Amino acid sequence: MIEPRPIVEARGIHKHFAALHVLKGVDLLVAERELVFVIGPSGSGKSTLLRCLNRLEEPSSGSVVVDGIDLLDRRTDLNHARQRIGMVFQSFNLYPHMTALGNVTLALRKVAGKSRAEADEIGHAALARVGLADRADHRPGQLSGGQQQRVAIARSIALEPRVMLFDEPTSALDPELVGSVLGVMRSLRESGMTMVVVSHEMGFARAAADRVVFMDHGLIVEQGAPAEIFESPAHERTRAFIGQIQRH
Amino acid sequence: MIESFLNVGIMVQAWPIILAGLGNTILLSLMVVPLGLGGGIMLALLSTVKHPWVRYPLMAWVDFFRAFPPLVLLIFLYAGLPFAGLELGGFACVGIAFFLNTGSYYGEVLRAGIDSVPAGQIEAARSTGLSRLQALVWVVLPQAVRNVLPDLLSNTLEVIKLTSLASVVALPELLFQARQAQSLTYNPTPIVAAAVVYFLLLWPLVRLLSTLENRAMASR
Amino acid sequence: MSNWDRFVETFFNARVMARYWPDIVEGLWLTIGLAALIVVTGLIAGLVLALVRALGVRVLNWAIIFVVDVFRALPPLVIIVLIYFGLPSIDIAPSGFVSTWISLGLVLMAFSEEIFWAGITAVPRGQWEAARSTGLGFGETLAYVVLPQALRITIPPLTNRTIAITKGTALGSVVAVTEILGQASSAVSNSYNPSPLTLGAAAYLLLFLPVVVFGRWVESKFAWRR
Repeated sequence: MIEPRPIVEARGIHKHFAALHVLKGVDLLVAERELVFVIGPSGSGKSTLLRCLNRLEEPSSGSVVVDGIDLLDRRTDLNHARQRIGMVFQSFNLYPHMTALGNVTLALRKVAGKSRAEADEIGHAALARVGLADRADHRPGQLSGGQQQRVAIARSIALEPRVMLFDEPTSALDPELVGSVLGVMRSLRESGMTMVVVSHEMGFARAAADRVVFMDHGLIVEQGAPAEIFESPAHERTRAFIGQIQRH
Repeated sequence: MIESFLNVGIMVQAWPIILAGLGNTILLSLMVVPLGLGGGIMLALLSTVKHPWVRYPLMAWVDFFRAFPPLVLLIFLYAGLPFAGLELGGFACVGIAFFLNTGSYYGEVLRAGIDSVPAGQIEAARSTGLSRLQALVWVVLPQAVRNVLPDLLSNTLEVIKLTSLASVVALPELLFQARQAQSLTYNPTPIVAAAVVYFLLLWPLVRLLSTLENRAMASR
Repeated sequence: MSNWDRFVETFFNARVMARYWPDIVEGLWLTIGLAALIVVTGLIAGLVLALVRALGVRVLNWAIIFVVDVFRALPPLVIIVLIYFGLPSIDIAPSGFVSTWISLGLVLMAFSEEIFWAGITAVPRGQWEAARSTGLGFGETLAYVVLPQALRITIPPLTNRTIAITKGTALGSVVAVTEILGQASSAVSNSYNPSPLTLGAAAYLLLFLPVVVFGRWVESKFAWRR
């Protein structure tokens, strides 16, 4: 059997913030249709790694190739590449001066060059996929946190990305609103979306992830199937972290 | 060009005149800033009285003097009142105009500051037996001032700059002195010198303000 | 003649007012034109400087900050006098009108640049990141995502500052601009009666009172709600 070429290939990623060495040579390969879960204590570098994958953060060294496009090549049209890499943020980052539909269609119109009618049609479909067809004309301020995060997901999927990055998508939500966002993520997974998720939702990881990656101090400590990592971690640090999380 | 704008000979000649003007500008500022601030505190304290008979006349007063260009007010006092037999002199006119005009501006700033202090502060103070005025002066006002400090400083900068208007009614402040020197020497160097002096005098305040304002806007 | 009659005769002299009424109206139009020019050019220049500053070229930014500081620190009257009395000695002789326009335009440019810039930096970083992550470029992110939010929070301070600076048009009277105060002053010396000043004051109120009330309304209306 021939291994398919991974859709995300990050190799030897280092990141320095002034004197701080946040990533110390990380390799992360993600296959198509795979859901990779990245866990680790705060400050372990997992969010920074995620942000290197669409170059919101500039890696100090290493290479990032997504869907065959070398993101660190100066000749790459970064804005075009980023349309293929969806990102969902912890704090939603919806544009407060636009409606839900406006949020979803902005890049469609301005980057993908679609007409307003086309963009609106795609936007409505994307909002329907996250269960918010009836909220298209609402402003972010009129939506609950869970709804805002689902609009943010719609903003990404409207661009038909090849990969989606989730940076702690449920950490800013009240507990009763987490379910709706995870529901949308699960249906994305079922539709075959490739996803890299940084999150503390261990239940979701167990149920939906193909692979769990544990990071600490800027390095990947170990990775494997969820059952492996959660039931029988090989490293002491992994065991300690998972023990801590599960005591909550 | 250098001959006209930065003529050293003329600079040396005009320097004592400019220096005297700078002294008077500082003295004038030391008079009008407290005067305007005092007026503003009075207006702000009055604005806490929500009775319509106080509230609306007060609003009208403040808007009236904010709508009036200060120079118009000054000219009215200086050139108009003498026709009614009331010759006040430039100094008094400047004082009155600043009290009315900048007092209204300070009043608005302080009122916004007082509004920003939670009502619970007055209630807590009153519950310990302080009178209304005591609660306002000792509990609310200090917090109000802190909350609107950038605006207060910005207003103060404007007031100091406004003292240049006094040149129009022949008070020998910095701009007036510079213009005197200019007409004596037929050369604009003294005005350039005055501008440089103003800049050096006020630049630190401008820098400070710019820092404070950026911080305030970012925390919105 | 009672005191009251004498007062009315002095400050509200109907004959003098009727005589100089057209002059004051002429001055009113000039004031409006001058103010409009100052507001349009000053705000545009301020916005352009703020946008250039957003590019983040260090040397350029220092230059912008210095220019802004200069025009914030100098009294507007000093700038007007400098341009009107100073420039002729290098053979540029702007009229009083142009001197006032340039001076107050520069002052408004400086203040509005500062306000626009503060507004731009007040928009959270996450907004930039979200927009860039969907492939919007720097200019597009600035135009569609950041500026609309920045402008909204800048409206109240900008309105108040603009009003304050346009009131400075009265300073033009010092350099012989025949705006309201200029017209009123010369009418007073021609008629030996202060009634034209009363008229002029009324004209200023007519012009600026609605603007001040509008500014008050804007302040309460545009308090930013998320």
